[in-house]
Amino acid sequence: MAEILDLPEAIARHVHDGDTVALEGFTHLIPFAAGREIIRQGRRDLTLVRMTPDVIYDQMIGAGCARKLVFSWGGNPGVGSLHRMRDAVENDWPAPLELEEHSHAGMAERWRAGAAGLPFGVLRGYVGTSLAEHTATIATVACPFTGEVLTAVPALQPDVGIIHAQQADRDGNVMLWGISGVQKECVLASTRAIVTVEEVVDEFEPHVNGVVLPAWVIDAVTVVPGGAHPSYAHDYSERDNAAYEAWDEVGRDREAFGRWLADLMGASVS
Amino acid sequence: MSRARGPGRPGTEYTADEMMTVAAARALTDGTVCFVGIGLPSTAANLARRMHAPSAVLIYESGCIGSRPTRLPASIGDGVLSETADAVVGVPEIFSYWLQAGRIDVGFLGAAQIDRHANLNTTVVGSYEHPKVRLPGAGGAPEIAASCGEVIVTLRHSRRAFVDRLDFITSLGHGDGPGHRERLGLRGRGPRVVITDLGVLEPDAATRELTLVSLHPGVTEGDVREATGWDLAVADEVAVTSPPTPEELALLRELHAA
Repeated sequence: MAEILDLPEAIARHVHDGDTVALEGFTHLIPFAAGREIIRQGRRDLTLVRMTPDVIYDQMIGAGCARKLVFSWGGNPGVGSLHRMRDAVENDWPAPLELEEHSHAGMAERWRAGAAGLPFGVLRGYVGTSLAEHTATIATVACPFTGEVLTAVPALQPDVGIIHAQQADRDGNVMLWGISGVQKECVLASTRAIVTVEEVVDEFEPHVNGVVLPAWVIDAVTVVPGGAHPSYAHDYSERDNAAYEAWDEVGRDREAFGRWLADLMGASVS
Repeated sequence: MSRARGPGRPGTEYTADEMMTVAAARALTDGTVCFVGIGLPSTAANLARRMHAPSAVLIYESGCIGSRPTRLPASIGDGVLSETADAVVGVPEIFSYWLQAGRIDVGFLGAAQIDRHANLNTTVVGSYEHPKVRLPGAGGAPEIAASCGEVIVTLRHSRRAFVDRLDFITSLGHGDGPGHRERLGLRGRGPRVVITDLGVLEPDAATRELTLVSLHPGVTEGDVREATGWDLAVADEVAVTSPPTPEELALLRELHAA
């Protein structure tokens, strides 16, 4: 049952060194504030799961939080490369980063299997590509009814799933709308779930494509207005495209990144 | 995305990138259901919708079906895509119910590298374990390339991009030639056309090897050979692409400015 906690308390209680952690959000509703709090608390050896590791994972990887990355597309959307991720993969800096690489269709199926409590998901995917040669979690399975050979991918079942949503009510139920990505699957597939929200309301109003997650599938709800910035929360904020562009300069250079990180760590002391 | 790689051909009123985008837009026919990648494919698809293909249905992997964006989306999950969509669904649904089930006519893809059979690489240059260049990875492309009825590819023409051998096949085009897709049981027909800033290439009906079929105005066959990392096949009769019309250019520039 969801407890309403402040963000440092929610992260301290539910995210531990060595955990498999997923911060999801498909361009929209990315839980940036939660990611920065994980950096501030100095978590290490995390296996980070996310379909589209963008700037948030670039920051976490550069800060040395991650041992392994499970993903399907790693870039700064509309801008270019993730330079901290590339530095880790190409030069082992600040630490080597093991990759477990999939396609979006495969990752989406892995999330759905995790949410459904199944051991694996099935799709027509990866055929003829080099991905299966490098990723041990891509296999084949024969359909027991037709004999057709299909692709199997194991369920994602992280220790902790973290998402950002527009609203919670006073009982800790959560509502999000707009592009909903794999957020529902992330919460349901994870052992523990943390949701940051823009605000707490007395009563939800219906929204187009609204997704409600009941309090009893969530462990912690924490109110962080603007917690998705520089991504956005539909009906609350606009995507800050300039911030994504500005990150390119910071991420490209180890020293500039070091200054950014020192600023962030300093902010936790005050 | 950048407006242009450089100035247009001497004496033209448009850039090589604008020629490429307009040619790519023309390749999309009206009424088509199209799975759109971000960047150049999205620009071309939105230009097509404003020109000759107002009934084209644009599908984005963020779960937006039938988006009619009023400006170019900055990312695949831009709010303008969901606000203008017929329906917004979750990511597992867009890939399984819509793409995998065979409901999409055309996949519109870019790539970092391509080979003579239109196989695409967006993963690594160099070895996988110790890459020279780590690229973003697959995203939706492998299954878009596999499951859409056909694929349109757009990318800029250079020896770095048009390579003799890919270090990594992220998305299968025509594999190692005739019959490869069929042997693997892929349902889509694969790349139908590759549109670059120099010309248009199509897979040969018999060999499935990319063949130069059209040159953009002012570009020579030698220019294209120079920018291609293999001995390029050339059609018996090579057409010249119609230059962008004033209307096409105006609409494209309006899109970029919006």
